[in-house]
Amino acid sequence: MSMRSLIATALVVSLADLAAAEGPGLGAPLAADEIPFYATYVMPDGRGLPAGSGTAAEGAGIYAAKCALCHGATGVEGPVMPPVGPNDVWAKPAGRYWPYATTIFDYVRRAMPLDEPKSLSDAEAYALTAFILSRNGVIGEGDAMSAQTLPDVVMPNRENFVDVWATQGVTPW
Amino acid sequence: MTNSSVLPPQPDFAAGGGLLSRRMLLRGAAAGSAAGFANLAMPERARAEAEIPEWVRVAGARARGYGMPAEQEADVQRAIIEPFGELAQAFSFSGTPHHRLRGTITPSGLHFEVHHGGRPDLDPARHRLMIHGMVDRPIRLDLDALERYPMVSAVHFLECSGNSFFNAVMPEPMQAGCDMLHGLLSNSEWTGVPVRILLEEAGIRPEGRWVLAVGNDAPSLARSIPVEKLMDDAFIALYQNGERIRPEQGYPMRLLLPGFEGNMNVKWITSLWVTDAPAHTKDESGEYTEILADGSSVKFTFAMGVKSLVTHPSATMTMSGPGFYEISGIAWSGAGPIRKVEISADGGASWAEAELSGPVHPRALTRFRLPWQWEGAPALLMSRAEDATGAVQPTRSTWKAKYDPSNFLHYNAIQPWQVTPEGMVQNVYA
Ligand code: HEC
Repeated sequence: MSMRSLIATALVVSLADLAAAEGPGLGAPLAADEIPFYATYVMPDGRGLPAGSGTAAEGAGIYAAKCALCHGATGVEGPVMPPVGPNDVWAKPAGRYWPYATTIFDYVRRAMPLDEPKSLSDAEAYALTAFILSRNGVIGEGDAMSAQTLPDVVMPNRENFVDVWATQGVTPW
Repeated sequence: MTNSSVLPPQPDFAAGGGLLSRRMLLRGAAAGSAAGFANLAMPERARAEAEIPEWVRVAGARARGYGMPAEQEADVQRAIIEPFGELAQAFSFSGTPHHRLRGTITPSGLHFEVHHGGRPDLDPARHRLMIHGMVDRPIRLDLDALERYPMVSAVHFLECSGNSFFNAVMPEPMQAGCDMLHGLLSNSEWTGVPVRILLEEAGIRPEGRWVLAVGNDAPSLARSIPVEKLMDDAFIALYQNGERIRPEQGYPMRLLLPGFEGNMNVKWITSLWVTDAPAHTKDESGEYTEILADGSSVKFTFAMGVKSLVTHPSATMTMSGPGFYEISGIAWSGAGPIRKVEISADGGASWAEAELSGPVHPRALTRFRLPWQWEGAPALLMSRAEDATGAVQPTRSTWKAKYDPSNFLHYNAIQPWQVTPEGMVQNVYA
């Protein structure tokens, strides 16, 4: 190797070291107990689901008290994006259009009801998930939703999506 | 619009309907300055006749700490859209009044808003950005720490993928201004810390392919972002048009993903959670997926397509008589810089290339202009943009044919404006 290419190689190596530490490295260590639940998401395979369970029957009462005002008495009326379909208001009702049932649990627990998010217990979120799925005919009326059962729910629209990022990346569809 | 009765000699037409050559712009400017010179002679009895307004007879106001637009411009406001009114106030939007703006940068106070759970009353001193999941060293950073990182500055548009939804789904064109019709689009200079530096500091592992970005707001809005994008040109923006980001735009920090649909540019960002797969959050499962004509759907449609809009003249405006006008508008693409904008004044029968006002930044609004001699006849104005990848805007019917009738996302069709003989400018589908 010539002197020049040696120097060039050394330069590349030191630049690479520099690139590895481009910032001042001021991040403080983050402990697991500092991370609120909503900084993660329940994954489609069920990772992240908490203990507890709930049924549609339990969910019905909670829904009537805390959700019906916006989403409709039986979940199809709206006016806000009814979670039960088919309906005349919203072409993408959560309980039948979404590809994974885990999303309903996570979203309701972090974001609903609109004016009091994060007020529901895990059991209430399971019960509301069961209620929405059962009203859509995706699960039976008596099926309890829990960390064991929720990931196994097969959503009817799951195979009906094309993943545009996987097929063409940043090129707009 | 600028209307001048003094026309440059021998109009040089570039296309039908009175579209003039771009060269006319320069020629007109040259003629104007020459005229200015000639007029320099002092009018003899000016003092006696000309009005001397009161404000030149008193001392003006003193300096102030933060400047505001002129009082007389107080009606230049965002258009507020609340789909469910009082019932769900936190779900509210506001649109940039593009028909009142003439440059490319959106004033920060007029940047559009789409709030899924309202604007949080956030304490920046207690705000943290956490980086965790599939990393070797989970870390947290506060605002003071991030301030000390190397930063980048770049001009980028943000567009809600639901922008222009009225045109996408209304059976008849709604008569409203660009604020209502196309206002969920804005353009700012953003400054912040590249996400790549932060992910590398945390020691992102090879199995980390996606990152869940979460906001510090009521719904804890969450989106899964591919690692490739974050390692490429994404940054945690701390500044908007030079000053700290406005509360509506994510104060004190937001994610900026140049060219990607607005919803993914998570405001008030508090967490980057590295995962091996997309979480399929609510927004990427339903609200921000598109149903196609055949009933199937597309998901993870991230980049915004090429689009443009004539802002002057545009719907709700009235022409102030026949004569010379400058047609002006904005063009943008999530795929790269704008290469070309063409304008038609005869409903697409003929087209002329507009002047692009440089510098043309990638994934940013680009202003275009073309002189126009409007003779007072009906005209159908359109702009058609092409980006550096060669992608061109579709017509509305071509766009509609791709999707289920309910779809209102990623609408990027050509916008026609009808100019009536009376000078009314109207929204049409043409
Ligand atoms: C005050 C009105 C209001 C109440 C009460 C309310 N929601 Fe919502 N909900 C909304 C709004 C607004 C959205 C849309 C939010 C968005 O787009 O990000 C929404 C969205 C949803 C969605 C997703 C809809 C979709 O298709 O994307 C579900 C599921 C949902 N809510 C469930 C519930 C449940 C369960 C309750 C009761 C615990 C509830 N909501 C209470 C207003 C409300």
